[in-house]
Amino acid sequence: MTELRYLAPNSLDEAIKAFAAAGSAGRILAGGTDLLVQMRAGVVKPGLIVDIKKIAEMTKIEQTADGGFRVGAAVSGMALHDHVSFGKVWPGVLEAVNLIGSKQVQGRASAGGNLCNGSPAGDSVPAMVAAGAIVTVQGPDGRRELPVEQVPAGPGRTNFKPGEILVSFTLPPRPKGSSDAYLRMIPRTEMDIAVVGLGVSLTLKDCVCTAARVGLGAVAPTVLLVEAAAKALIGSTLDEAALNAAAAACSAACRPIDDKRGTIAYRTKVAGVLLKRTTAIAAQRAKGN
Amino acid sequence: MTVVTNNKWIGQRTIRPDGMDKVTGRAQFAADTNMPGMIWGKVLRSPHAHARIKSINTAKAEALPGVKAVVTARDIVDFPIDKGAVMLGIQDMRWMCRNVMAREKALFPGHPIAAVAATTEAIAAEACKLIEVDYEVLPFAIEIEDAIKSDAPILHEFNKFEGKPSNIAGRIEHKKGDLAEGFKKAEIVIERSFTTRPVHQGYIEPHACLISVAPDGKTTIWSSSQGQFMVRAMTAHLTGIPQSDIRAIPAEIGGGFGGKTIVYLEPLATLLAKKSGRPVKMVMTREEVMRATGPTSGSKSTVKIGATKDGKIVAAHGTFYLQAGALPGSPIRGAVGCSFTPYDIPNLLSEGYDVCSNRSKVAAYRAPGAPIGAYAVECVLDEVAEALKMDPLDFRLKNAAKEGTKAAHGPTFQRIGYIETVEAAKASDHYKAPLGKLQGRGVASGFWFNAGGESSAQVNITEDGNVVVTTGHPDIGGSRAGIANICAELLGIDYRRVSVLIGDTATIGFSNLTGGSRVLFASSIVVTQSTEQIIKTLRERAAKIWEIDPEAVKWEDGAAHPVSPNAGQFPPLTLKDLAEKAPAMGGPIGAGVQLNTTGADGGFGTHICDVEVDVDLGIARVTRYTAVQDVGRAIHPGYVEGQLQGGVAQGIGWALNEEYIYTKEGKVDNPGFLDYRMPVCSDLPMIDCIMVEVPNPKHPQGIKGVGEVPLVPVMAAVANAIYNALGKRFYALPMSPPKVLEVIDAPETRQAAE
Repeated sequence: MTELRYLAPNSLDEAIKAFAAAGSAGRILAGGTDLLVQMRAGVVKPGLIVDIKKIAEMTKIEQTADGGFRVGAAVSGMALHDHVSFGKVWPGVLEAVNLIGSKQVQGRASAGGNLCNGSPAGDSVPAMVAAGAIVTVQGPDGRRELPVEQVPAGPGRTNFKPGEILVSFTLPPRPKGSSDAYLRMIPRTEMDIAVVGLGVSLTLKDCVCTAARVGLGAVAPTVLLVEAAAKALIGSTLDEAALNAAAAACSAACRPIDDKRGTIAYRTKVAGVLLKRTTAIAAQRAKGN
Repeated sequence: MTVVTNNKWIGQRTIRPDGMDKVTGRAQFAADTNMPGMIWGKVLRSPHAHARIKSINTAKAEALPGVKAVVTARDIVDFPIDKGAVMLGIQDMRWMCRNVMAREKALFPGHPIAAVAATTEAIAAEACKLIEVDYEVLPFAIEIEDAIKSDAPILHEFNKFEGKPSNIAGRIEHKKGDLAEGFKKAEIVIERSFTTRPVHQGYIEPHACLISVAPDGKTTIWSSSQGQFMVRAMTAHLTGIPQSDIRAIPAEIGGGFGGKTIVYLEPLATLLAKKSGRPVKMVMTREEVMRATGPTSGSKSTVKIGATKDGKIVAAHGTFYLQAGALPGSPIRGAVGCSFTPYDIPNLLSEGYDVCSNRSKVAAYRAPGAPIGAYAVECVLDEVAEALKMDPLDFRLKNAAKEGTKAAHGPTFQRIGYIETVEAAKASDHYKAPLGKLQGRGVASGFWFNAGGESSAQVNITEDGNVVVTTGHPDIGGSRAGIANICAELLGIDYRRVSVLIGDTATIGFSNLTGGSRVLFASSIVVTQSTEQIIKTLRERAAKIWEIDPEAVKWEDGAAHPVSPNAGQFPPLTLKDLAEKAPAMGGPIGAGVQLNTTGADGGFGTHICDVEVDVDLGIARVTRYTAVQDVGRAIHPGYVEGQLQGGVAQGIGWALNEEYIYTKEGKVDNPGFLDYRMPVCSDLPMIDCIMVEVPNPKHPQGIKGVGEVPLVPVMAAVANAIYNALGKRFYALPMSPPKVLEVIDAPETRQAAE
């Protein structure tokens, strides 16, 4: 029988030290909504679990001096939901985070865990990619920052170095006329996993799209930043031609597989459909800002 | 027999006896029971879809510290195939003994090979890995098409069909009239083929048991099942322990839907407990439930229906192939016997084939087989009605079975309520409501046999004048609430004074399992007769006290009253008064009745379904649903509606998303509720119910079974609604988004729309 140790340090340094020392046997526990399920299914058998929820920075939501947000890696979906202003500024990120699991799961599940789980179908990831979130990670060699889309390396894998722990997401300040949205296709209406997930963040000025980012999930080994789709939107009034071009760019970006959750043809088509629908919601919201 | 009307409790939405325990978490389900010294059992399962078991070596597992016992097929009582069937209810023990533990061959991935009991679950799981099994891996066949090919791998070499080894384990047919002549008269003939995927009952509570075997062989079983007597008998057969030494205690059941009418764990845990001398607990994981317990059959059907231009069906032919799984016994009887039964068809052939294949053996699922057959028949009927330019409900009315109709499976109907269900559907607000763009409406009907059979009850009056009723059927649909209403009605007392309990096999007489929509029908008969005996005793006691003739005492409003010639001479004696006087007036008051009940009537339902289709994503959502059913008499309307709504919810899942998906290696690829998609609350509209009450004249309260009919029409109703929305027919289930979008985006569909 393998032994399992559990640590819940108060400091990041202590967590990193233990995590790095454990090597491949170490696992980080935030909400545990993926880790505990994987352990129960026998998929992972960690020798050490480092619970990061006692580290203050990990569970904090703060507004940065420039008007952006910093969200700790272990902030639960429900805590983010209850924050006074986050959802007004980043409704798309919030709705994506709040789609992880059920109401009960929301009390535990975090955007940090969702990203580190490495699933191409994680709901919060395309929204974070669209938002242009920067992640802060810290490891034995110190702290560094990287764009969120550079974190996933493939199903179940990240580009973090050994011993590195995700600390927080930083979301940029929002110019006037900005908003975002996230939609996913699931066969059910909830309690499901995205067959395609798509986040759009955009800025409108006098009905013209001046900035846009599109994040696309569940159609490739990692969540994609679809720059061609953003390009098609920027400079347009989000007219039909621009939306068709952006939708086509999303479909073209797909490198999906046929599996039990959907076919290649289905996912490719749906990516385009979701681009149009998500953009419409984001634009509607942006007009109010 | 006169039907009681003008009731006080029958027909009331009383609080269910088990309600408080369930909503507060106090109810004891199978996995909630523990014992001192208890150890844990785990099952080693076959990784192969089909393999000959050449040898099993358990030495290393037995040597692992903490392991207390290991069992294999050698420990299970064998029922040799060549000695012929040994039937227990509808189950042949030759197949059951091979289902609980593989004997000659492993027949599906997940088939039990051995079981281990150890001091912890982890040690038991570790020990399973140490068991060495030498398999000769064989080619396999899962889908019906593959299993009935002439060169298919044969699961059971002994099984012959038309003289040759085959996976077809049986065929049945029902016939009426002259099929060829009938089709000659038809002016419109439509023939279509359909497929459905295997779907699981989806009970939330996994199979679980705790079993203790004393040194003298006395065995106590706590488990969740649809029949404690079934558990006792099957365990006795498979372990060789006499039934009198086994006490099977039914836990509260967290869903069964037919899937808990056979055993999986109990014989294994009993043998492990016997060998180890320790109580053994076994709890399946969801994955084990999905891989190794019975879903219902996948199917392949062809239905041909011929009608004259005036809308009369003159001939019909249905051929239904159902997957049995690893061992014979698919529910072809339900498909063949129920599918055409709502209709009076003069020339009919309904035939079914039982096809073995390398997946888990099917278990009963709510009206077993009937929804599969009805799906095909009701979809073809929709096409025939359309071709005739007839309203689909009018078409059904024109051909409806009624009193005097002879059903192809045998009976000539007495008073039945099918026509009433169609008329109620037609008259409903739902059927008249307008539809929007990309919305559609479909209808379908369905029939289920319903059953009677063995029931026992004991009704006792407590010393303080209240009532305890014990019956022998696990309550899976509110039957205790129904019994409380009936007993309170008969005694004329508040229903809260009646406690209704489910006895174990040592405390109540034999009662057949909860299945066939039989429980309230059958148990109310024995409870009614017991209560009537008690009322007779109570009248006699009052007569004795008053020193008058018992015939001059009536029982009303919970008390004995003197009637002519003694009316008004004495104040009434209540149940409480008579209970207090019981010790001096003849002793305890109680009665028990055991019967093999008869007179069960079949049930009919007609459903209306509205869908809205998202044509860009291929998602069909049910937006409105009305289930109309002849329920005989709704003893507790809330739980009758609950049955209707539950059946519909399961049918919508079957229609839209549920399916077993297999890997290339023949393993279930979606053995959990994430990728095996049952509907969640937000997937469904409020399901409206219209209860038509055509009382069963052969039952004291007019009861008909209600639990299974509601699943029968659903998939066809949904399919017909999607057709109505899109103008495109679907001939395969589930109608999941990728499949719907594929049809919408097919070149011919796009052209038709343009």
